[in-house]
Amino acid sequence: MSIRTPLTLASIEPDAGLRAALALDPAGVVATVTDSGIKGRGGAGFPTGRKWALAAGAPAPDGVRYVVCNADEGEPSTFKDRVLLDELPDLVFEGMTIAAYAIGAHEGICYLRGEYVYLLDALEACLARRREAGLLGDDVLGSGFSFDVRVFLGAGAYVCGEETALIESLEGRRGEARSRPPFPVVRGYNGAPTVVNNVETFAWTAAILARGADWFAAIGTDRSTGPKLLSVSGDVQHPGIYEFPLGVPIATVLEAAGGADAKAVIVGGAAGTCVPRRDFGRAISYEDVSTGGAVIVLGPWRDLLEVAENLQWFFVNESCGQCTPCRVGSLKLLEGIRRLRRGECTRQELADLVSLGGTMQIASKCGLGQAAPNVFLSLVRSLEQEMLSHIPAGAR
Amino acid sequence: MTGIPADVLEREADLVGAIDRLVAQHGARRSSLLPILEALREQRRQISDVAMQVVADRLGLPPVEVQGVVTFYHFLGTEPTGRHVVHLCRTISCAMAGMGAIAERLENELGIRFGETTDDGLVTLAWANCIGMCDRPPAILLDRQAIGRVTPDDACELVARLRAGSSDDTVGGTPVGNWSGDRGPDPRDDDSR
Repeated sequence: MSIRTPLTLASIEPDAGLRAALALDPAGVVATVTDSGIKGRGGAGFPTGRKWALAAGAPAPDGVRYVVCNADEGEPSTFKDRVLLDELPDLVFEGMTIAAYAIGAHEGICYLRGEYVYLLDALEACLARRREAGLLGDDVLGSGFSFDVRVFLGAGAYVCGEETALIESLEGRRGEARSRPPFPVVRGYNGAPTVVNNVETFAWTAAILARGADWFAAIGTDRSTGPKLLSVSGDVQHPGIYEFPLGVPIATVLEAAGGADAKAVIVGGAAGTCVPRRDFGRAISYEDVSTGGAVIVLGPWRDLLEVAENLQWFFVNESCGQCTPCRVGSLKLLEGIRRLRRGECTRQELADLVSLGGTMQIASKCGLGQAAPNVFLSLVRSLEQEMLSHIPAGAR
Repeated sequence: MTGIPADVLEREADLVGAIDRLVAQHGARRSSLLPILEALREQRRQISDVAMQVVADRLGLPPVEVQGVVTFYHFLGTEPTGRHVVHLCRTISCAMAGMGAIAERLENELGIRFGETTDDGLVTLAWANCIGMCDRPPAILLDRQAIGRVTPDDACELVARLRAGSSDDTVGGTPVGNWSGDRGPDPRDDDSR
Protein backbone atom coordinates (compact mmCIF):
# COMPACT_ATOMS: atom_id res chain seq x y z
CA MET A 1 0.00 0.00 0.00
CA SER A 2 1.33 3.40 -0.92
CA ILE A 3 -0.83 5.35 1.53
CA ARG A 4 0.37 4.76 5.08
CA THR A 5 -1.65 7.26 7.14
CA PRO A 6 -5.27 8.41 6.76
CA LEU A 7 -5.39 11.31 4.33
CA THR A 8 -7.40 14.38 5.32
CA LEU A 9 -7.82 15.12 1.62
CA ALA A 10 -9.70 11.84 1.17
CA SER A 11 -12.29 12.96 3.73
CA ILE A 12 -13.18 16.26 2.05
CA GLU A 13 -16.76 16.32 0.76
CA PRO A 14 -16.75 16.43 -3.06
CA ASP A 15 -17.54 19.85 -4.58
CA ALA A 16 -18.03 21.46 -1.16
CA GLY A 17 -15.03 23.72 -1.70
CA LEU A 18 -16.15 24.75 -5.17
CA ARG A 19 -19.69 25.54 -4.00
CA ALA A 20 -18.32 27.58 -1.10
CA ALA A 21 -16.02 29.47 -3.48
CA LEU A 22 -18.78 30.29 -5.95
CA ALA A 23 -20.87 31.69 -3.08
CA LEU A 24 -18.08 34.22 -2.45
CA ASP A 25 -16.78 36.89 -4.80
CA PRO A 26 -13.34 36.16 -6.32
CA ALA A 27 -11.61 38.52 -3.89
CA GLY A 28 -13.26 36.63 -1.04
CA VAL A 29 -11.79 33.35 -2.33
CA VAL A 30 -8.30 34.88 -2.50
CA ALA A 31 -8.78 36.22 1.03
CA THR A 32 -9.79 32.79 2.33
CA VAL A 33 -6.72 31.15 0.79
CA THR A 34 -4.50 33.94 2.10
CA ASP A 35 -5.96 33.66 5.61
CA SER A 36 -5.28 29.92 5.66
CA GLY A 37 -1.57 30.70 5.40
CA ILE A 38 -1.02 27.92 2.87
CA LYS A 39 2.30 28.00 1.04
CA GLY A 40 3.19 26.13 -2.14
CA ARG A 41 3.37 22.36 -1.61
CA GLY A 42 5.85 21.84 -4.44
CA GLY A 43 8.70 22.92 -2.18
CA ALA A 44 9.43 26.56 -2.95
CA GLY A 45 6.91 27.67 -0.34
CA PHE A 46 5.52 30.81 -1.96
CA PRO A 47 2.27 31.92 -0.26
CA THR A 48 -0.56 30.65 -2.47
CA GLY A 49 -3.00 33.43 -1.62
CA ARG A 50 -0.42 36.05 -2.56
CA LYS A 51 0.28 34.28 -5.86
CA TRP A 52 -3.43 34.28 -6.70
CA ALA A 53 -3.81 37.94 -5.69
CA LEU A 54 -0.89 38.94 -7.93
CA ALA A 55 -2.34 37.07 -10.93
CA ALA A 56 -5.81 38.48 -10.33
CA GLY A 57 -4.41 42.01 -10.15
CA ALA A 58 -2.03 41.77 -13.12
CA PRO A 59 -3.20 43.54 -16.27
CA ALA A 60 -4.54 41.06 -18.85
CA PRO A 61 -5.07 42.95 -22.13
CA ASP A 62 -7.53 40.44 -23.61
CA GLY A 63 -8.86 39.37 -20.24
CA VAL A 64 -7.02 36.07 -20.67
CA ARG A 65 -5.49 34.38 -17.66
CA TYR A 66 -4.42 30.79 -17.10
CA VAL A 67 -4.33 28.28 -14.29
CA VAL A 68 -1.65 25.60 -14.64
CA CYS A 69 -1.31 22.53 -12.48
CA ASN A 70 2.31 21.48 -12.11
CA ALA A 71 2.07 17.69 -12.27
CA ASP A 72 5.68 17.40 -13.46
CA GLU A 73 6.64 15.62 -10.28
CA GLY A 74 10.26 14.95 -11.16
CA GLU A 75 12.06 15.56 -7.89
CA PRO A 76 13.79 12.28 -7.04
CA SER A 77 11.90 10.29 -4.42
CA THR A 78 8.77 12.42 -4.59
CA PHE A 79 5.63 10.49 -5.53
CA LYS A 80 2.80 12.06 -3.51
CA ASP A 81 1.38 13.82 -6.59
CA ARG A 82 1.26 10.49 -8.44
CA VAL A 83 -0.86 9.09 -5.61
CA LEU A 84 -3.08 12.19 -5.45
CA LEU A 85 -3.69 12.19 -9.21
CA ASP A 86 -4.48 8.49 -9.07
CA GLU A 87 -6.67 8.54 -5.96
CA LEU A 88 -8.15 12.04 -5.74
CA PRO A 89 -8.04 13.67 -9.19
CA ASP A 90 -11.43 15.35 -8.65
CA LEU A 91 -10.10 17.31 -5.70
CA VAL A 92 -7.10 18.51 -7.74
CA PHE A 93 -9.32 19.70 -10.60
CA GLU A 94 -11.72 21.25 -8.08
CA GLY A 95 -8.82 23.27 -6.67
CA MET A 96 -7.86 24.39 -10.18
CA THR A 97 -11.46 25.50 -10.79
CA ILE A 98 -11.46 27.47 -7.55
CA ALA A 99 -8.18 29.15 -8.52
CA ALA A 100 -9.59 30.01 -11.95
CA TYR A 101 -12.66 31.61 -10.39
CA ALA A 102 -10.44 33.56 -7.99
CA ILE A 103 -8.16 35.02 -10.68
CA GLY A 104 -10.64 35.20 -13.57
CA ALA A 105 -9.22 32.42 -15.76
CA HIS A 106 -11.26 30.34 -18.18
CA GLU A 107 -8.62 27.89 -19.32
CA GLY A 108 -6.63 25.45 -17.23
CA ILE A 109 -3.81 23.10 -18.17
CA CYS A 110 -2.58 20.13 -16.20
CA TYR A 111 1.07 19.53 -17.14
CA LEU A 112 1.50 15.79 -16.54
CA ARG A 113 5.03 14.44 -16.61
CA GLY A 114 5.65 11.97 -19.42
CA GLU A 115 6.64 9.30 -16.89
CA TYR A 116 3.05 9.35 -15.55
CA VAL A 117 1.48 8.67 -18.96
CA TYR A 118 -0.37 5.69 -17.45
CA LEU A 119 -2.51 8.16 -15.47
CA LEU A 120 -3.56 10.06 -18.60
CA ASP A 121 -6.68 8.09 -19.57
CA ALA A 122 -8.09 8.19 -16.04
CA LEU A 123 -7.47 11.94 -15.77
CA GLU A 124 -9.20 12.57 -19.12
CA ALA A 125 -12.12 10.43 -17.94
CA CYS A 126 -12.29 12.41 -14.70
CA LEU A 127 -12.41 15.68 -16.66
CA ALA A 128 -15.19 14.28 -18.88
CA ARG A 129 -17.20 13.28 -15.80
CA ARG A 130 -16.77 16.75 -14.34
CA ARG A 131 -17.98 18.38 -17.57
CA GLU A 132 -20.97 16.04 -17.57
CA ALA A 133 -21.73 16.99 -13.97
CA GLY A 134 -21.54 20.71 -14.71
CA LEU A 135 -18.39 21.13 -12.61
CA LEU A 136 -16.43 22.26 -15.67
CA GLY A 137 -17.57 23.95 -18.83
CA ASP A 138 -19.60 26.95 -19.82
CA ASP A 139 -21.63 27.53 -16.71
CA VAL A 140 -19.99 25.92 -13.70
CA LEU A 141 -22.76 24.85 -11.28
CA GLY A 142 -25.05 27.49 -12.75
CA SER A 143 -22.82 30.33 -11.61
CA GLY A 144 -22.26 31.84 -15.05
CA PHE A 145 -18.52 31.26 -14.61
CA SER A 146 -16.87 29.18 -17.33
CA PHE A 147 -13.71 27.11 -17.04
CA ASP A 148 -12.25 24.00 -18.60
CA VAL A 149 -9.07 21.97 -18.16
CA ARG A 150 -6.96 19.96 -20.56
CA VAL A 151 -4.07 17.63 -19.81
CA PHE A 152 -0.74 18.34 -21.49
CA LEU A 153 1.75 15.48 -21.49
CA GLY A 154 5.40 16.29 -20.84
CA ALA A 155 8.14 14.37 -22.60
CA GLY A 156 10.71 13.71 -19.88
CA ALA A 157 12.65 16.66 -18.47
CA TYR A 158 13.20 17.29 -14.75
CA VAL A 159 13.78 21.00 -15.29
CA CYS A 160 10.19 21.42 -16.53
CA GLY A 161 9.10 21.25 -12.90
CA GLU A 162 10.52 24.78 -12.69
CA GLU A 163 7.53 26.95 -13.50
CA THR A 164 9.05 29.09 -16.25
CA ALA A 165 10.61 26.04 -17.93
CA LEU A 166 7.22 24.36 -17.69
CA ILE A 167 5.62 27.30 -19.47
CA GLU A 168 8.29 27.21 -22.20
CA SER A 169 7.49 23.52 -22.65
CA LEU A 170 3.74 24.23 -22.88
CA GLU A 171 4.51 26.76 -25.60
CA GLY A 172 6.34 24.11 -27.63
CA ARG A 173 9.90 25.02 -26.74
CA ARG A 174 12.88 23.45 -25.01
CA GLY A 175 12.28 23.50 -21.27
CA GLU A 176 14.80 26.21 -20.50
CA ALA A 177 14.01 28.47 -17.55
CA ARG A 178 13.25 32.13 -18.20
CA SER A 179 14.81 35.02 -16.37
CA ARG A 180 12.54 36.30 -13.61
CA PRO A 181 11.08 38.88 -13.30
CA PRO A 182 8.67 39.03 -14.97
CA PHE A 183 7.11 36.26 -12.94
CA PRO A 184 4.44 34.00 -14.48
CA VAL A 185 1.73 35.69 -12.42
CA VAL A 186 2.41 38.77 -14.56
CA ARG A 187 3.63 37.24 -17.84
CA GLY A 188 3.22 33.49 -18.03
CA TYR A 189 1.72 31.16 -20.64
CA ASN A 190 1.36 32.99 -23.97
CA GLY A 191 2.35 36.17 -22.14
CA ALA A 192 -0.80 36.16 -20.00
CA PRO A 193 -0.98 36.21 -16.19
CA THR A 194 -0.64 32.57 -15.10
CA VAL A 195 -0.94 30.82 -11.77
CA VAL A 196 1.24 27.70 -11.61
CA ASN A 197 0.63 25.60 -8.51
CA ASN A 198 1.61 22.14 -7.43
CA VAL A 199 -0.91 19.25 -7.53
CA GLU A 200 -1.05 19.04 -3.73
CA THR A 201 -1.50 22.81 -3.38
CA PHE A 202 -4.64 22.71 -5.54
CA ALA A 203 -6.05 19.80 -3.54
CA TRP A 204 -5.51 21.65 -0.26
CA THR A 205 -7.10 24.86 -1.55
CA ALA A 206 -10.28 22.88 -2.30
CA ALA A 207 -10.12 21.55 1.27
CA ILE A 208 -9.57 25.07 2.64
CA LEU A 209 -12.65 26.40 0.85
CA ALA A 210 -14.66 23.41 2.09
CA ARG A 211 -13.58 23.58 5.73
CA GLY A 212 -12.49 27.17 6.20
CA ALA A 213 -9.22 29.07 6.53
CA ASP A 214 -9.27 28.81 10.34
CA TRP A 215 -9.41 25.00 10.24
CA PHE A 216 -6.29 24.89 8.07
CA ALA A 217 -4.41 27.62 9.91
CA ALA A 218 -4.91 25.86 13.24
CA ILE A 219 -2.82 22.90 11.97
CA GLY A 220 0.99 23.10 11.82
CA THR A 221 3.06 26.05 12.96
CA ASP A 222 2.55 29.82 12.69
CA ARG A 223 4.63 30.13 9.55
CA SER A 224 3.98 26.65 8.14
CA THR A 225 0.27 26.03 8.34
CA GLY A 226 -1.66 22.91 7.49
CA PRO A 227 -0.86 19.27 6.89
CA LYS A 228 1.75 18.10 4.38
CA LEU A 229 2.06 14.92 2.39
CA LEU A 230 5.47 13.30 2.63
CA SER A 231 6.88 10.72 0.22
CA VAL A 232 9.03 8.43 2.35
CA SER A 233 11.39 5.98 0.65
CA GLY A 234 14.79 4.37 0.99
CA ASP A 235 15.94 2.26 3.91
CA VAL A 236 12.60 2.01 5.72
CA GLN A 237 10.21 -0.83 6.45
CA HIS A 238 7.13 1.00 5.20
CA PRO A 239 7.83 3.30 2.25
CA GLY A 240 4.86 5.33 1.09
CA ILE A 241 2.81 8.49 1.54
CA TYR A 242 2.45 9.96 5.03
CA GLU A 243 0.45 12.96 6.16
CA PHE A 244 1.78 15.04 9.05
CA PRO A 245 1.17 18.57 10.26
CA LEU A 246 4.03 20.83 9.14
CA GLY A 247 6.48 21.24 11.98
CA VAL A 248 6.69 17.49 12.54
CA PRO A 249 10.11 16.38 13.80
CA ILE A 250 12.05 14.17 11.38
CA ALA A 251 12.31 11.54 14.16
CA THR A 252 8.51 11.19 14.27
CA VAL A 253 8.35 10.53 10.54
CA LEU A 254 11.13 7.95 10.78
CA GLU A 255 9.43 6.17 13.66
CA ALA A 256 6.17 5.90 11.72
CA ALA A 257 7.93 4.62 8.63
CA GLY A 258 10.11 2.10 10.39
CA GLY A 259 13.42 3.80 9.81
CA ALA A 260 14.39 4.89 13.31
CA ASP A 261 17.90 3.44 12.96
CA ALA A 262 18.75 5.74 10.03
CA LYS A 263 22.18 7.33 9.78
CA ALA A 264 20.84 10.33 7.89
CA VAL A 265 17.90 11.46 5.78
CA ILE A 266 17.79 13.57 2.66
CA VAL A 267 14.80 15.88 2.90
CA GLY A 268 13.66 17.46 -0.36
CA GLY A 269 15.05 14.99 -2.87
CA ALA A 270 18.10 15.55 -5.07
CA ALA A 271 17.68 19.30 -4.55
CA GLY A 272 17.28 18.86 -0.81
CA THR A 273 19.37 18.72 2.33
CA CYS A 274 21.11 15.85 4.07
CA VAL A 275 20.20 15.82 7.77
CA PRO A 276 22.37 13.65 10.03
CA ARG A 277 21.02 11.54 12.87
CA ARG A 278 21.99 14.06 15.58
CA ASP A 279 19.62 16.58 13.97
CA PHE A 280 16.56 14.31 13.72
CA GLY A 281 14.84 16.62 16.22
CA ARG A 282 14.64 19.27 13.49
CA ALA A 283 11.23 20.03 12.05
CA ILE A 284 9.90 19.62 8.53
CA SER A 285 8.58 23.11 7.87
CA TYR A 286 9.28 26.14 5.72
CA GLU A 287 11.25 27.77 8.55
CA ASP A 288 13.42 24.74 9.33
CA VAL A 289 13.92 21.84 6.88
CA SER A 290 11.84 22.80 3.86
CA THR A 291 10.63 20.24 1.34
CA GLY A 292 8.21 19.44 -1.42
CA GLY A 293 7.73 16.20 0.43
CA ALA A 294 10.57 13.80 -0.30
CA VAL A 295 12.20 12.03 2.64
CA ILE A 296 14.95 9.62 1.57
CA VAL A 297 16.04 7.45 4.48
CA LEU A 298 19.65 6.28 4.60
CA GLY A 299 20.32 3.26 6.80
CA PRO A 300 23.32 2.89 9.12
CA TRP A 301 25.29 0.88 6.53
CA ARG A 302 24.72 3.27 3.62
CA ASP A 303 27.71 4.77 1.79
CA LEU A 304 26.76 8.43 1.73
CA LEU A 305 29.19 9.30 -1.03
CA GLU A 306 27.58 6.67 -3.24
CA VAL A 307 24.26 8.42 -2.61
CA ALA A 308 25.82 11.81 -3.36
CA GLU A 309 27.33 10.47 -6.58
CA ASN A 310 23.98 9.10 -7.75
CA LEU A 311 22.23 12.41 -7.10
CA GLN A 312 25.01 14.50 -8.65
CA TRP A 313 24.89 12.33 -11.75
CA PHE A 314 21.18 13.09 -11.90
CA PHE A 315 21.90 16.83 -12.15
CA VAL A 316 24.60 16.32 -14.78
CA ASN A 317 22.02 14.44 -16.83
CA GLU A 318 19.12 16.83 -16.23
CA SER A 319 20.88 20.20 -16.49
CA CYS A 320 19.43 21.97 -19.50
CA GLY A 321 22.88 23.36 -20.24
CA GLN A 322 21.98 26.98 -20.89
CA CYS A 323 24.01 28.43 -18.01
CA THR A 324 27.64 27.58 -17.23
CA PRO A 325 27.57 27.31 -13.41
CA CYS A 326 25.03 24.49 -13.61
CA ARG A 327 26.25 22.75 -16.77
CA VAL A 328 29.94 22.71 -15.89
CA GLY A 329 29.65 22.92 -12.13
CA SER A 330 27.50 19.80 -11.84
CA LEU A 331 30.02 17.78 -13.84
CA LYS A 332 32.98 19.12 -11.85
CA LEU A 333 31.21 18.22 -8.60
CA LEU A 334 30.50 14.72 -9.90
CA GLU A 335 34.16 14.25 -10.81
CA GLY A 336 35.13 15.52 -7.38
CA ILE A 337 32.78 13.13 -5.60
CA ARG A 338 34.20 10.24 -7.62
CA ARG A 339 37.76 11.27 -6.73
CA LEU A 340 36.75 11.51 -3.09
CA ARG A 341 35.27 8.00 -3.25
CA ARG A 342 38.47 6.66 -4.77
CA GLY A 343 40.55 8.33 -2.07
CA GLU A 344 42.20 10.67 -4.57
CA CYS A 345 40.85 13.97 -3.29
CA THR A 346 42.99 16.18 -1.08
CA ARG A 347 41.65 18.34 1.68
CA GLN A 348 42.34 21.42 -0.44
CA GLU A 349 40.43 19.94 -3.37
CA LEU A 350 37.50 19.24 -1.05
CA ALA A 351 37.57 22.91 -0.03
CA ASP A 352 37.58 23.89 -3.72
CA LEU A 353 34.55 21.67 -4.36
CA VAL A 354 32.69 23.33 -1.50
CA SER A 355 33.59 26.73 -2.93
CA LEU A 356 32.38 25.64 -6.38
CA GLY A 357 29.11 24.51 -4.85
CA GLY A 358 28.65 27.92 -3.27
CA THR A 359 29.24 29.57 -6.64
CA MET A 360 26.63 27.34 -8.28
CA GLN A 361 24.10 28.26 -5.59
CA ILE A 362 24.39 31.97 -6.29
CA ALA A 363 25.29 32.06 -9.99
CA SER A 364 22.98 29.49 -11.60
CA LYS A 365 20.04 30.85 -13.54
CA CYS A 366 17.27 28.68 -12.15
CA GLY A 367 16.42 26.54 -9.18
CA LEU A 368 17.89 23.40 -10.73
CA GLY A 369 21.45 24.68 -10.80
CA GLN A 370 21.06 26.59 -7.55
CA ALA A 371 20.03 23.36 -5.82
CA ALA A 372 22.38 20.98 -7.66
CA PRO A 373 25.18 21.19 -5.04
CA ASN A 374 22.83 21.11 -2.00
CA VAL A 375 23.11 17.47 -1.00
CA PHE A 376 26.88 17.37 -1.40
CA LEU A 377 27.38 20.61 0.54
CA SER A 378 25.10 19.50 3.35
CA LEU A 379 26.93 16.17 3.51
CA VAL A 380 30.29 17.86 3.86
CA ARG A 381 28.90 20.25 6.45
CA SER A 382 27.03 17.78 8.59
CA LEU A 383 29.12 14.63 8.21
CA GLU A 384 32.56 16.14 7.93
CA GLN A 385 34.31 13.27 9.70
CA GLU A 386 32.86 10.67 7.32
CA MET A 387 33.89 12.84 4.36
CA LEU A 388 37.41 13.35 5.70
CA SER A 389 37.79 9.60 6.20
CA HIS A 390 37.87 9.33 2.40
CA ILE A 391 40.86 11.63 2.15
CA PRO A 392 44.25 9.90 1.97
CA ALA A 393 46.05 10.17 5.31
CA GLY A 394 48.93 12.24 4.01
CA ALA A 395 46.57 14.80 2.57
CA ARG A 396 44.37 15.39 5.60
CA MET B 1 6.90 23.18 -49.68
CA THR B 2 10.26 24.80 -49.15
CA GLY B 3 13.47 22.92 -48.77
CA ILE B 4 12.29 19.33 -49.12
CA PRO B 5 12.87 17.71 -52.53
CA ALA B 6 9.75 16.39 -54.25
CA ASP B 7 11.10 12.87 -54.57
CA VAL B 8 11.70 12.72 -50.81
CA LEU B 9 8.15 13.83 -50.15
CA GLU B 10 6.87 11.22 -52.55
CA ARG B 11 8.89 8.47 -50.90
CA GLU B 12 7.73 9.65 -47.45
CA ALA B 13 4.09 10.18 -48.42
CA ASP B 14 2.99 7.95 -45.57
CA LEU B 15 4.92 10.02 -43.03
CA VAL B 16 3.70 13.30 -44.49
CA GLY B 17 0.12 12.04 -44.29
CA ALA B 18 0.57 11.06 -40.63
CA ILE B 19 2.00 14.49 -39.81
CA ASP B 20 -0.81 16.28 -41.63
CA ARG B 21 -3.39 14.31 -39.67
CA LEU B 22 -1.66 15.20 -36.38
CA VAL B 23 -1.40 18.87 -37.32
CA ALA B 24 -5.11 18.90 -38.20
CA GLN B 25 -5.91 17.24 -34.88
CA HIS B 26 -3.76 19.47 -32.66
CA GLY B 27 -3.78 22.71 -34.62
CA ALA B 28 -0.96 24.38 -36.58
CA ARG B 29 0.35 26.23 -33.54
CA ARG B 30 3.73 26.16 -31.88
CA SER B 31 2.07 25.05 -28.63
CA SER B 32 0.98 21.90 -30.47
CA LEU B 33 4.59 20.96 -31.18
CA LEU B 34 5.11 18.64 -28.20
CA PRO B 35 1.80 16.76 -28.59
CA ILE B 36 2.51 16.30 -32.31
CA LEU B 37 6.04 15.05 -31.71
CA GLU B 38 4.93 12.76 -28.87
CA ALA B 39 2.25 11.18 -31.07
CA LEU B 40 4.65 10.85 -33.98
CA ARG B 41 7.20 9.17 -31.78
CA GLU B 42 4.63 6.72 -30.52
CA GLN B 43 3.17 5.94 -33.95
CA ARG B 44 6.40 5.59 -35.89
CA ARG B 45 9.02 4.96 -33.14
CA GLN B 46 11.27 7.55 -34.70
CA ILE B 47 11.37 11.26 -35.44
CA SER B 48 13.44 11.38 -38.61
CA ASP B 49 15.13 14.36 -40.23
CA VAL B 50 12.38 14.47 -42.84
CA ALA B 51 9.71 14.32 -40.13
CA MET B 52 11.28 17.29 -38.33
CA GLN B 53 11.40 19.29 -41.57
CA VAL B 54 7.79 18.54 -42.46
CA VAL B 55 6.58 19.40 -38.94
CA ALA B 56 8.60 22.62 -39.07
CA ASP B 57 7.08 23.48 -42.43
CA ARG B 58 3.51 22.84 -41.23
CA LEU B 59 3.95 24.91 -38.06
CA GLY B 60 5.91 27.67 -39.79
CA LEU B 61 9.05 27.12 -37.71
CA PRO B 62 12.73 26.87 -38.64
CA PRO B 63 13.62 23.13 -38.71
CA VAL B 64 16.39 23.74 -36.18
CA GLU B 65 13.77 24.85 -33.63
CA VAL B 66 12.00 21.52 -34.03
CA GLN B 67 15.28 19.63 -33.78
CA GLY B 68 16.13 21.60 -30.64
CA VAL B 69 12.91 20.43 -29.02
CA VAL B 70 13.24 16.83 -30.20
CA THR B 71 16.74 16.52 -28.75
CA PHE B 72 15.87 18.25 -25.46
CA TYR B 73 13.35 15.77 -24.06
CA HIS B 74 14.25 12.26 -22.89
CA PHE B 75 11.15 10.68 -24.47
CA LEU B 76 11.63 12.24 -27.89
CA GLY B 77 14.96 12.00 -29.73
CA THR B 78 15.92 11.24 -33.32
CA GLU B 79 17.10 7.62 -32.92
CA PRO B 80 14.59 4.89 -33.80
CA THR B 81 13.40 2.72 -30.92
CA GLY B 82 12.20 -0.86 -30.82
CA ARG B 83 8.55 -1.89 -30.63
CA HIS B 84 8.88 -1.86 -26.84
CA VAL B 85 10.97 0.47 -24.71
CA VAL B 86 12.12 -0.70 -21.29
CA HIS B 87 13.11 2.27 -19.13
CA LEU B 88 14.88 1.24 -15.93
CA CYS B 89 14.92 3.90 -13.22
CA ARG B 90 18.45 4.53 -11.97
CA THR B 91 17.77 7.28 -9.43
CA ILE B 92 18.44 6.98 -5.75
CA SER B 93 15.56 4.97 -4.26
CA CYS B 94 15.75 2.41 -7.07
CA ALA B 95 19.56 2.41 -7.01
CA MET B 96 19.47 1.68 -3.26
CA ALA B 97 17.00 -1.18 -3.81
CA GLY B 98 18.97 -3.30 -6.25
CA MET B 99 18.60 -1.54 -9.59
CA GLY B 100 22.10 -2.67 -10.58
CA ALA B 101 21.17 -6.36 -10.54
CA ILE B 102 18.11 -5.66 -12.69
CA ALA B 103 20.24 -3.72 -15.16
CA GLU B 104 22.72 -6.60 -15.49
CA ARG B 105 19.94 -9.14 -15.97
CA LEU B 106 18.23 -7.02 -18.65
CA GLU B 107 21.49 -6.54 -20.55
CA ASN B 108 22.26 -10.25 -20.35
CA GLU B 109 18.80 -11.39 -21.40
CA LEU B 110 18.57 -8.95 -24.30
CA GLY B 111 22.22 -9.08 -25.32
CA ILE B 112 22.40 -5.31 -25.65
CA ARG B 113 23.62 -2.40 -23.57
CA PHE B 114 21.53 0.50 -22.31
CA GLY B 115 20.81 2.91 -25.14
CA GLU B 116 20.68 0.09 -27.70
CA THR B 117 17.92 -1.77 -29.53
CA THR B 118 17.81 -5.51 -30.20
CA ASP B 119 18.64 -6.52 -33.78
CA ASP B 120 15.09 -7.75 -34.36
CA GLY B 121 13.77 -4.30 -33.44
CA LEU B 122 11.74 -5.68 -30.55
CA VAL B 123 13.17 -3.93 -27.49
CA THR B 124 15.07 -0.75 -26.69
CA LEU B 125 16.78 -0.66 -23.32
CA ALA B 126 17.02 2.80 -21.79
CA TRP B 127 17.74 4.49 -18.50
CA ALA B 128 15.18 6.71 -16.83
CA ASN B 129 15.68 9.28 -14.14
CA CYS B 130 13.31 9.04 -11.15
CA ILE B 131 9.92 7.81 -12.42
CA GLY B 132 8.14 8.42 -9.10
CA MET B 133 7.78 4.76 -8.08
CA CYS B 134 10.13 5.22 -5.11
CA ASP B 135 7.76 3.41 -2.73
CA ARG B 136 8.00 0.31 -4.92
CA PRO B 137 11.62 0.11 -6.07
CA PRO B 138 13.28 -0.97 -8.24
CA ALA B 139 10.92 0.21 -10.96
CA ILE B 140 10.59 -0.03 -14.71
CA LEU B 141 8.58 1.95 -17.20
CA LEU B 142 7.58 -0.48 -19.94
CA ASP B 143 6.14 1.55 -22.81
CA ARG B 144 3.21 3.34 -21.10
CA GLN B 145 3.13 1.21 -17.97
CA ALA B 146 4.95 1.33 -14.66
CA ILE B 147 6.05 -1.81 -12.87
CA GLY B 148 7.33 -1.74 -9.31
CA ARG B 149 9.30 -4.10 -7.07
CA VAL B 150 10.98 -5.77 -10.00
CA THR B 151 13.20 -8.73 -9.11
CA PRO B 152 15.98 -10.01 -11.37
CA ASP B 153 13.77 -12.99 -12.19
CA ASP B 154 10.91 -10.65 -13.09
CA ALA B 155 13.25 -8.92 -15.51
CA CYS B 156 13.96 -12.25 -17.24
CA GLU B 157 10.28 -13.09 -17.37
CA LEU B 158 9.46 -9.66 -18.75
CA VAL B 159 11.91 -10.17 -21.60
CA ALA B 160 10.53 -13.64 -22.27
CA ARG B 161 7.00 -12.32 -22.44
CA LEU B 162 7.93 -9.51 -24.77
CA ARG B 163 9.61 -12.09 -27.03
CA ALA B 164 6.56 -14.31 -26.89
CA GLY B 165 4.37 -11.32 -27.76
CA SER B 166 2.25 -12.26 -24.79
CA SER B 167 -0.80 -10.17 -24.07
CA ASP B 168 -0.87 -11.54 -20.55
CA ASP B 169 -0.78 -8.48 -18.35
CA THR B 170 1.20 -9.74 -15.42
CA VAL B 171 4.91 -10.03 -14.95
CA GLY B 172 6.25 -11.85 -11.93
CA GLY B 173 2.95 -11.48 -10.14
CA THR B 174 2.97 -7.70 -10.43
CA PRO B 175 0.19 -6.36 -12.65
CA VAL B 176 1.55 -4.55 -15.65
CA GLY B 177 -1.75 -3.15 -16.90
CA ASN B 178 -2.27 0.19 -15.34
CA TRP B 179 0.14 0.98 -12.57
CA SER B 180 -0.70 -1.44 -9.80
CA GLY B 181 -0.18 1.17 -7.08
CA ASP B 182 -2.70 0.98 -4.33
CA ARG B 183 -5.12 -1.56 -5.68
CA GLY B 184 -5.07 -3.73 -2.60
CA PRO B 185 -2.22 -5.36 -0.74
CA ASP B 186 0.86 -6.34 -2.64
CA PRO B 187 1.92 -9.92 -1.86
CA ARG B 188 5.47 -8.67 -1.49
CA ASP B 189 4.66 -5.70 0.73
CA ASP B 190 7.61 -6.54 2.93
CA ASP B 191 6.86 -5.02 6.28
CA SER B 192 9.54 -7.28 7.66
CA ARG B 193 12.45 -5.70 5.83
